[in-house]
Order: sequence, then structure tokens, then C-alpha cells
Amino acid sequence: MVTLKIDGKKVTVRKLSTILDAARKLDIPIPTLCHHPELSPYGGCRLCLVEIKGSPKPVASCTTFAKDGMEVITTSPHLEKLRRTTLELLLSDHPNDCMVCERAGDCKLQELAYFYGIRENRFIGERRSYKKIDNNPFINRDMEKCILCGQCVRVCNEIQGVGAIDFAYRGLKTVISPPFEKDLNCEFCGQCVAVCPTGALTGKMWANKGRQKFKEVETICPYCGCGCNITLHIRRNKVVRVSSKEDSINGGWLCAKGRFGFSFIDHPDRLKKPLIRIVPKNQEFDSSETKKQDLLKNFKEVEWDEALNYIVTKLKEIKDRHGADSIGGFSSARCTNEENYIFQKFMRAVIGTNNVDHCARY
Amino acid sequence: MEKNIIIKVCMGTGGVASGGEEVLEKFKEMITKSGLNVKIDTKCNAQKVGCRGFCSKDVLVDVIVDDVKTTYKHIKPDMVEKIFNEHIINGVPVNEWLAGSEYNDFHNKQTKVVLSHCGDIDPEDIDSYIAVGGYNAARKAILEMSSEEIVSIIKNSNLRGRGGAGFPTGLKWELGLRIKSDVKYVICNGDEGDPGAFMDRSVMEGDPHSVIEGMIICAKATQSNYGYIYVRAEYPLAVKRLQMGIDQCYTRGFLGQNIFGSDFSFDLKIFQGAGAFVCGEATALMRSIEGKRGMPSPKLWRSAERGLWEKPTVLNNVETFANVPKIILNGANWYRKLGTDRSGGTKVFSLSGKVKNTGLVEVPLGITLREIIYDIGGGIEGGKDFKAIQTGGPSGGCIPAELLDTEVDYESLAHAGSIMGSGGMVVLDENTCMVNTAKFFLEFTQAESCGKCTPCRIGTKRMLEILERITSGKGKEGDIELLEELGNHIRATSLCGLGMTAANPVLSTLKYFRDEYIAHIKEKKCPAAVCRDLITFTIIEEKCKGCGSCKRVCPSDAIRGTRKSPHRIDKELCIKCGSCFDACKFKAILKV
Repeated sequence: MVTLKIDGKKVTVRKLSTILDAARKLDIPIPTLCHHPELSPYGGCRLCLVEIKGSPKPVASCTTFAKDGMEVITTSPHLEKLRRTTLELLLSDHPNDCMVCERAGDCKLQELAYFYGIRENRFIGERRSYKKIDNNPFINRDMEKCILCGQCVRVCNEIQGVGAIDFAYRGLKTVISPPFEKDLNCEFCGQCVAVCPTGALTGKMWANKGRQKFKEVETICPYCGCGCNITLHIRRNKVVRVSSKEDSINGGWLCAKGRFGFSFIDHPDRLKKPLIRIVPKNQEFDSSETKKQDLLKNFKEVEWDEALNYIVTKLKEIKDRHGADSIGGFSSARCTNEENYIFQKFMRAVIGTNNVDHCARY
Repeated sequence: MEKNIIIKVCMGTGGVASGGEEVLEKFKEMITKSGLNVKIDTKCNAQKVGCRGFCSKDVLVDVIVDDVKTTYKHIKPDMVEKIFNEHIINGVPVNEWLAGSEYNDFHNKQTKVVLSHCGDIDPEDIDSYIAVGGYNAARKAILEMSSEEIVSIIKNSNLRGRGGAGFPTGLKWELGLRIKSDVKYVICNGDEGDPGAFMDRSVMEGDPHSVIEGMIICAKATQSNYGYIYVRAEYPLAVKRLQMGIDQCYTRGFLGQNIFGSDFSFDLKIFQGAGAFVCGEATALMRSIEGKRGMPSPKLWRSAERGLWEKPTVLNNVETFANVPKIILNGANWYRKLGTDRSGGTKVFSLSGKVKNTGLVEVPLGITLREIIYDIGGGIEGGKDFKAIQTGGPSGGCIPAELLDTEVDYESLAHAGSIMGSGGMVVLDENTCMVNTAKFFLEFTQAESCGKCTPCRIGTKRMLEILERITSGKGKEGDIELLEELGNHIRATSLCGLGMTAANPVLSTLKYFRDEYIAHIKEKKCPAAVCRDLITFTIIEEKCKGCGSCKRVCPSDAIRGTRKSPHRIDKELCIKCGSCFDACKFKAILKV
């Protein structure tokens, strides 16, 4: 453990903690744009500079280990001037189109510009221009808004282990890009969208669907047994966006299905009631039908009670005629552990067979 | 009578570019031919050697007859026959082609340690290196010395990193030795990227074995078993000769398992860089070897603790390694005495710009800039006035005439607002515009910024834009202050050395040549008459003879006038190319 003083307050942190970690422990605000607690230290935005007593120049608090006896100052006229100039530089290469930006109100850059009251910019010059080539179904990439914090690159490498994007070119022309500047062709987990501090990476599904007045509902992702915590952003009783909080059991990370796969909720083809087959058994029907209205040519919609009664009758019939082992049960990884437990219990205790399996195996 | 004749043809990059290969071929051809036709009993051997630093006089050829050396300059293949017939066969040197006193002065005033064998031995032949004492130091270090002894000699020699930052090499090695790990690395930084710098290139091309030997000694000193030489792919000759050197060392048992028959093993590989300037920065270089994008990483750990692949790594520059064998052989005191109290030894500089003798110079640290420019460099070309010297490449600054007696060492140059850097020295004369010079260097650094940190990526670009504004006559009140603020901001907040020093050319010229900036902004004039948007060409009527030379060369038909009467330049049409100025024999055209 090491003990240091930040802005006159003593704090004890574990060895190999950074000054930024220590300051956050004390709830002392230090502005950052490229830092993410789950990703490797980067030191790119240069906003988290602090002064250390005895050090000739400011250091980046996110990439300096806290040491015993260190005396750190997180704010001074000099530091604030440096931060302000850095922000001005960032904004001088930014479209500043917050009026129409998807992330307005939820943008770290905008927030800092607000706190530092930057309205006029002393640095006006060439800006990057980016021709959008993204035909992928999930992620909008507006590289003109990118501040090159590198969080998307790191999350893709370090958390997802995919490495679909990296830096390309040098100087002002530096851009985050898929290989050979082609369209994004990854597993579309959207982790990069989640960590992007600005409007550079946004979900296509929630583009132009509103920025304010969302009802947030905490729930569990229905897709698999992992049980990731998700937050549904609801507006006018429609799910507009799915996100996940950093302090959840899944650390805020989701997969492509959990993050982007929610359009089924209001889809007209979604089956909301049980179906019982109406086409006689010996008659073939086209199993390639996927549209609900076509399916209904072969099935009829019933209430749950009717469906369950139908199943009970049929199971009994089969068991009586052919014995319990003529029945097999197959359940899904999308169910929770508890549901799967009940299912195998039902098969073994009620039906009386061990013929039970699961796509992830019992 | 048997004469011992050796012919040495400069085959550094400068030599090869000037036709060294053809000259060498011609000599070989002549030797074969004379062996048949002329019955002369000579042991004649033509060999290639590396750069000898005086590239402006290439191709340089040494003819050594019984240990008497004669040097020829500017040799072309068609001149070989005459030299061969008159000098080698008849024993009379061809006087009109001799390199002469200029060549001797250039070399005699230098102190050659690193370059002592460059231009003298065949870089592609290990025996040529061994003949001048090569690998004796490595053998001694491996067989007779402990790691601690080597470290202590290097520490006592006061050798400091020749890559530019000047970190004491001994201390670095000591730390490398102290940290325990199953795998440790030694890396040689040969990613020389400063425009106009070719010191490391000449060493790698002219004396590659000295670098390899230095690395072997470092490996023993730090107990590392693996090494990389990081060379930029733009140096194909250096890559080729280093690879030949490494292969020869493996054959001789100087590299690989149980080197020199000891129980110490060291494997060495070349890694070719793809041409990013920033990869000269240690952490970016290591990321590059790891196969990642060459971007500097924050220094949470020192390289000696966690470097390449998170393993302890000692990284030194080419020139630093090349010094090591000499220190081991001649002792720490010898080396220490060559330099100043704070930094021992010599430093190689590439002297270029408006100086008479351009090329590589090696001088003891502590020598003054004046001695380098006037005694070795022969003064300013064309008898013009000296204005400034730019040291340290794009990360360095400009030092004005009043500071010419500044001693060349890490601290003094930093105090003068520049840096030692890797050793670039560009001499600027009175016809140089300092604003334009600063712009030139900033153009380079902003394009080479890796893009990681904000101040370097955007800040240098904004500085460049302000400079472009000033040099094109659109400078505004407050631009100088903005440049200064931004420059200091970038220096204070950048992540790596590239950014921290990128503003040096601007800040140092603002310090010493502020009036030039003011002239550009307020009077819209370029005092050195360089910035095209700020100069005008006018014909002085009294001097114009109406010969029409200017009219004929003008590419934009901007000059009007009839024969034998004064001409005039139409300012609307003039594109300020300066062709008329160069063409006028009567100095009738005024450039202001």
C-alpha cells in the first residue's frame, strides 16, 4: 500500500495504482477522455495532467504510479490553462455539430467544453474529412467526430480479443480504421460503441430515435444463460436502445445479440401465443414459411391453457402407449439455470425418463 | 621489385550513388588486364570500403603504394585508366584529381573513435575488421570480465546515449543487469530518421561489426541472451552489411551458443522498420518489433524493467554501441578524457547546409560550434555571412551567431534552446529565412506525429498553419504570442519526445530571430527574400541593357520590353520563380 496526498487530502491505495485511481478514490474530479478503468493505460488525451511536488513539469495522472509521500495538485491556473488549450485543440478538429449529434447530452467532449466554457476557439484550421463507407447493419462510424482516444481499439483487442480496428496514417490524418479502410466486418459486439466518448461510434438502430426523455428499465438479457444485465431505453413504449452499466455483473460488456438484437420485440412476425398444428399429420406442408401469416395457414393460435392441456394429453397418451422412454426432452441455453433445472426435474420425476439434453449439455 | 598496392574505393551510400561500383569494377578490370599485358609484379588489390564522411567529394579513391596513401576525389569510371597507367604503373600521381589539402584538413581536425575504421576497412569482410583489432574487446569481455566489471568501465567512461537524450549508458546497463528475468533483450536503435542525418547509417554501412561487437559486450554486461538491431528498411545497404556481419559472426562462433567457447550465448537478429520517424522513440520501436503499430507508450515502467514483450530491455543507439569496443580496449579513462566533465568521448555529426565541406565529422565533446563550422567545415559557402546553425534535426533549435562559441555537449546545447539530438547540423547563411526554416522542420514533425496525443497531433498542425499564414503574408497581430503559447503547451503536455521537442525550431527562432517574424507580419516582408508571397522582382531601369535574357526565360510572359531599352515586369503576371533574377548578367533585377 502507498500513501500520498492529493490536493492536501491523504489517501492510501494499493501498490501500482495510478495517481488517477487515487484521486478517483477521493472523488476528486480529473478530466479524462481516453481513460477507461478496464483498459490498459493510454495517456493520449493529455487532459489528466497533474502537478507533482518536485517534478519539473506536469505528468499524466492516468499513466503515473502513485508513490509513497507524493504530493499531487490536481488543479491550478497553469493546469487549467493547459487543459483548456488541449480541449480547444480537440474542438478545432471537430465538426462541433452538437445540434444534430446523436450523442449530444451524453458526450464527454461536449461536457468538458461546457465545463470549460469554450465558445470561441483560437485555433482554426484544417479539419479531417471522412467519407462514410459504412454499409454494415449495426455501427455508424463518423470519424470526423473521433478524438482518437483509442478506447475502441483497446476494447476490441483487450476485452473482445478481435482486433478489428486499429490506427492508420499519421499526424492530423490519423484515423481509426478496419483493415485497408474497408467496411467494418467484425462480430459487431458494439463494445466500441459503448466506450466511445463522443458521437464517432453510434448504433445504427437508435439513430434519430431521440436523445432525451427515455425511460430506463433494468433487466436481464434474454438471449443466453449468461444473464447479462441490460438497460432498456424506452420511449413511447418502444425499446430504442440497449445498454449495459459498467458496474453490472457483466461489467457493461455485451454481445451483438444483447446490444443490437432487440428489433424482434415489436416485430409483426413475433409469435406471442402458442400455436397448435391444424394441418393433418399425414399431409405435408411447406416448412420454409417464416412469415407469421403464412405460418397460420398450418397452425392456429391458442391460449396457454389450451396449449398446455394439449401437451399434457399428448404426453400422457404417448407414455401410456409406448412407455416413458419414448419421450425425450431438449431445452435451451437461453433459459436460466433454474429453468433448466426444473425442466430436467420434470423429465425425470414427472415423465420418468432420463432422455433429457440441452444444447450446452447437462 | 614487388610493390604492395592497395586501392580503396568509397562504397558508402554516397559513394555508390556517385558511381562507386562502376569505378571499382573498372579498377578490377584494369588489374586483370594489366596482369596479362603488363609484366609488372604488383600485389594489387582493389577493395570496397564504407563512407569516409566527405560525401561532397565522392567517389573518393585511395591509392596506397607501399603504405604511401594518395586520395583522389570526384572519380568517374573513365578516369580510372589514367590513374592506373600513370600512378600505379608509372608511379606518378595524377595531380589534377587529388583530393588535396582540403581533404586532409577536413579529416585531420577530427578525432575519430567511432569512425576510425569507416572508410578504411572492407565492411563486408569480418577478417578486415579483425585485422584492425576487431572482436578483441568482445573476446576480452566474454572470457575475462564479469558483467559488473564491464558495467563499471562503461560507467566510468562517461559514455552517454548518442541517440540524443544523453542518458548515461553505464547507468542504463547497471539497471539492466540488476533486474532479474529469464529473458532479457538488447536492442540497437538504428532507426535514424532526422532529415539530413546519416551518422548511424555510415557506421552501419562502413563498420557494421563494431555495432555487433558493442551489442555482444552489452549482452554480457546485462546478462541478456537475445538482441535485435532495428534498422529502417530505407537503409538497404546497412541491412545487407549488418546481415552479412551477423552471418559471419555465427560462422565464427562470435554469436549463437557458447560464444568464444564460453558458456554465454547471444542471438542477434535484424528487424526492419517500415519508415515511421516516431519508431526511433524507444517504446514505439519496441511496439514495432512486437508487430504492433509504432506508437509511444506511457512510461509507467522503464524499458530496463519492462520493455520488449514486457521483458527487461536495454536499448541503445548505433553510435553508442560502436563506442563500446573501443572503451573496453582502451579503458574508461582514455574515453572520459576525450570529452568534457559531464559527457565523455566523441560525437559524430552530419554537417550540412551552407558550409564548404559537408559530410560526417567526429569531434570530441566540448568543442565549440565555431571550430566545427570554420575549422572543419571550412566556413560558409560562397563567402557569405553565417546566420545560424540548426542542431538536433527537427527536434532541435537554431543557434545564432552570437552563440557560436557554445560548447557542443548535451547541457550547453539545451541551454541555448536546442538539443544535441542524434547529431544533425545544418548551417544556415544570411540568405536563409528563419521563419521558413522553422516551417520546414515543423512540416516534417507534424506529418510524422503518430497521432496518439492531442497536443502533438493537432497542436503541431495548428502551429504549422500559423507559420504558413505568416510566410504567405497573412500573418496577424497576436500570431507570435499564439505560436509561443502553443509551442510551450506542446512542449509541456506531449506524451513522448517527438511532441515535447517538436516546437523547438519555432521557439528557438522566436527567441533569437523574433524581428524576422515581426517583419513578415507587420511589414509583409521577408528580410532574407525567401518567402515567395512576400517578395517582388523589379527591373532597375538604369542597369537594364535590354538584352532580353530575362524575357526569354520568363515562364509566364510577365516581362515586356523592346530590345536595347529597359524591360519591365508585370507584377500581375509574375509568378516569382526567380528565373529572371538568375538569368540577368547585369544585376539589373532587384529581389526584395
